[in-house]
Amino acid sequence: MTYIAKPKFHHPGLKKNELGYTHRDYEGKISTLCAGCGHDSITASIIEACYELSIEPHRVAKISGIGCSSKTPDYFLGNSHGFNSVHGRMPSVLTGANLANRDLIYLGVSGDGDSASIGFGQFAHSIRRGVNMTYIVENNGVYGLTKGQFSATADRGSKSKKGVTNTDNAIDLVAIALQLGATFVARSFSGDKTQLVPLIAAAIRHKGASFIDVISPCIAFNNHAGSTKSFDYVREHNDAVNRLDVLVGRDPIAVDYAPGTVQMVEQHDGSRIALRKIDADYDPHDRLGAMTFLQKHAAKGQIVTGLLYVDPEAEDLHEHLNTVETPLNALEADTLCPGSAVLDKINASLR
Amino acid sequence: MSDKKPISSVNDFVVRFANVNGSGSASANELFARAILRHGVPVSPRNIFPSNIQGLPTWYEVRVTEAGHLGARGGVDMMVAMNPQTWDKDVAGIEPGGYLFYDSTKPMPSTKFRDDITVIGVPLTAITNSTYTDPRQRQLFKNIIYLGALSALLDMDPKVIEQLIGEQYKGKEKLLSSNVHALHLGRDWALQNLKCPIGLRVKKADKVGDRIFIEGNSAAALGAVYGGATVCAWYPITPSSSVAEAFTSHCKKYRHDPETGKAKYAIVQGEDELASIGIVIGASWNGARAFTATSGPGISLMTEFIGLSYFAEIPAVIMNIQRAGPSTGMPTRTQQCDVIACAYASHGDTKHVLLFPEDPAEAFEFAAAAFDLAERLQTTIFLMLDLDIGMNHRLCRPLKWDDARQYDRGKIMTAEMLEEGRDFGRYLDVDGDGIPYRTYPGTHPTKGSYFTRGTSRDRYARYSEEGPVYADNMQRLVRKFETAQDLVPRPLQANAERPTKYGVIYFGSTSPAMDEAIGLLEARGHQLDRLRIRAFPFHSSVASFLAEHDFVYVVEQNRDSQLRQLIVNENGIDPVRLVPIVHYDGTPITARFIAKAIGDHQDHLKVTPLRKAVS
Ligand SMILES: Cc1ncc(C[n+]2csc(CCOP(=O)(O)OP(=O)(O)O)c2C)c(N)n1
Ligand code: SF4
Repeated sequence: MTYIAKPKFHHPGLKKNELGYTHRDYEGKISTLCAGCGHDSITASIIEACYELSIEPHRVAKISGIGCSSKTPDYFLGNSHGFNSVHGRMPSVLTGANLANRDLIYLGVSGDGDSASIGFGQFAHSIRRGVNMTYIVENNGVYGLTKGQFSATADRGSKSKKGVTNTDNAIDLVAIALQLGATFVARSFSGDKTQLVPLIAAAIRHKGASFIDVISPCIAFNNHAGSTKSFDYVREHNDAVNRLDVLVGRDPIAVDYAPGTVQMVEQHDGSRIALRKIDADYDPHDRLGAMTFLQKHAAKGQIVTGLLYVDPEAEDLHEHLNTVETPLNALEADTLCPGSAVLDKINASLR
Repeated sequence: MSDKKPISSVNDFVVRFANVNGSGSASANELFARAILRHGVPVSPRNIFPSNIQGLPTWYEVRVTEAGHLGARGGVDMMVAMNPQTWDKDVAGIEPGGYLFYDSTKPMPSTKFRDDITVIGVPLTAITNSTYTDPRQRQLFKNIIYLGALSALLDMDPKVIEQLIGEQYKGKEKLLSSNVHALHLGRDWALQNLKCPIGLRVKKADKVGDRIFIEGNSAAALGAVYGGATVCAWYPITPSSSVAEAFTSHCKKYRHDPETGKAKYAIVQGEDELASIGIVIGASWNGARAFTATSGPGISLMTEFIGLSYFAEIPAVIMNIQRAGPSTGMPTRTQQCDVIACAYASHGDTKHVLLFPEDPAEAFEFAAAAFDLAERLQTTIFLMLDLDIGMNHRLCRPLKWDDARQYDRGKIMTAEMLEEGRDFGRYLDVDGDGIPYRTYPGTHPTKGSYFTRGTSRDRYARYSEEGPVYADNMQRLVRKFETAQDLVPRPLQANAERPTKYGVIYFGSTSPAMDEAIGLLEARGHQLDRLRIRAFPFHSSVASFLAEHDFVYVVEQNRDSQLRQLIVNENGIDPVRLVPIVHYDGTPITARFIAKAIGDHQDHLKVTPLRKAVS
């Protein structure tokens, strides 16, 4: 067997969400990643977020590139279609899928190798086009699947498992996403479910390009001293800007959160994000402020996590292209084909 | 002083305009071609342009052909030499007895002319400058003035040209009258100062019929509209950009919801070819009809995704408007050089369906059919055009559409079918034709979802690296390709008048030149049966044709005889019996070239062997 399916048995006492789905309905196959891999925690957070949002699992399309991270869509939402495309090209496949059917929820899962190296261009362009998606990078600073080479997000000066020092500057995908006009930008840590789950939920509810960079330590190749993407390092250097929580309609979804002030952010679809601010001065509506904040903390060696920027009024690619409400994949010959009478006129104009 | 009798020909000659790129001559030259067409005389024009925007030489050639030969002929009967840079080459290219038309404002030394041609000087700059002061007007109207002079020299009806100008500037009275005025400036000057008409003449005929005049790229784009494409992702590259541009303008006209004004299509100019094909694959995976248009370098970039389309079985339509390679090659010159690259695109064992339209009418039909084929076969379909048909206007039969036609969406398992309890295995060969069922994402809450991947998997789409599972899948893909044989357009055969042991195979834009060459070869006493291949995989009739002939010429526009290679490879035939006839200098193949190459070979074959002669 080269795959492991989960037993389908459901305990009758399992808690159900609004749609009557249990947690198990949001699970997928058993992960084949290394035990303790940060990516598995992200998988768990995605499951949790979708459960809490009461999403119909099959209405999600989960698309990825190639890498350990890109394997994860197989491990959640077993009843939705998944697409493990080619290395670095998840964004274009997702863009196409989204154009074909605007009614589904698009979840793009990628790695830092996938998105910051081979797929850097596609990452940038999908963000800049405002594709309505939740784009999650499971960022471990290494190439996991090909066994530990530095990725483009590895910090300068950090050390590989074999002791090599990285001399290249790192790409900060969050900074780039902000610069490119992403309308929802966040960073989190795979080990901080309390923060990550609501962030994913909010990103899914957000209409437009949502980007979440999740630091996700690689147990096998990047969890040693000298790495800036190890569990210990991230815990020590994490500076969370906010805790948030998504309110769909009027019913708040209960999650654990740290105490602090609350700021409500109204999303386009009517749902509200409640931001628990840790930094009292932080305004997540200020793109420029977010960029400065990020740079300042980066200079101090701090990893800023939380929702860094959101534009509740965001538009998506379909609005830019002014496409019809009916999904394009549902249009048939009767509405798509101009017919023979028009063709006769075209012929006449070509003589 | 001419030492060769001037060419005398009615409705059968070649005029070539030599201009400087960016001088605004293109529309005047096209007007010339259209005017002849309106005289009821077929034309076959060709743009010969450099790979830059301004300043370099450009030529526009109009073959006037009452007989209706739409291939390039070769040779120039009249050169309209408006470009000093290329003067020497242009003058040298005129057929003996031909004509040279030039701007005689500045005197030229006699060494610049030839004795065996007729030189016609018109002081174009002087006429223009005495009428117009604005520099841009001077540049543009000079072109219309030479058109006027030519109309007199070639005995064309000025009313026909006026009418065309009227259609062009409908509602723009000022432009209309100023253009007509310029036309008559040139015409009157020629009538008063030159011997009109010359030996080359246009005489009204009725040889165009209901044929239309359209570029292949535009027709292919219309085919995409009629074929139901809703997603187009592309990246600019000559000579394919005009496909996407035409698709955009057709969609703007025909694809907006009348009530809301919203678009029933999505067009994205990708950041590169990787993204363009990725978008196509994502959209097709999700059930929309999607395509991209590109040329050789774009195909190179797309190959990884093409392999994914093949192995993961996702429909995709790629229009490849071929140009001369390898690498950047000659980006504005024509070839049929991507046959092998497309047939076997990507790594591992792959094979792809190729369609070879011969003209815009087939480009339209095949483009529409490509979407049915892509969905039926769940794979990439290549529409193989080239610059010669793609970017030039061609006369062709009117485009036709059957309103009863429904799109073939292929094997889709619906929610109802899943509810009925039908077994769904994404890669199960239920019908024995190698084609499995697919479901669209979002179809059913609990049934029919699967994981699409480029990695090996079993019939139920479950990841597997087991050898037999992999081989089973690869064998099914072979079966599917065999199924494709009967779905793609069949080859068309035309037999010689008398039975013959010799045949010729050709495809795509070579077609009109080949048709004409057959006549020339017959005149030389050579009889050949013809087979025009219209698709890959090859239909079984290709093998029969090969079996029925001792020698088969394979005529194509690339160096390595790529179609021949493909035939040898796929049919296991003795290569000796397939004679390559190749033309690959970037200009369109001509009837003269084909007739000479085949004719010489045939003459050689006809030499009775010595042994036989003495025995
Ligand atoms: C075109 C291409 N080049 C290289 C590879 C090899 N490859 C597979 S995964 C990978 C890197 C994955 O790194 P990342 O995206 O960071 O994911 P991780 O495994 O760390 O989660 C590479 C280089 C490939 N599959 N395709
Ligand atoms: S190699 Fe690293 S990234 Fe890959 S599964 Fe193991 S821990 Fe995770």
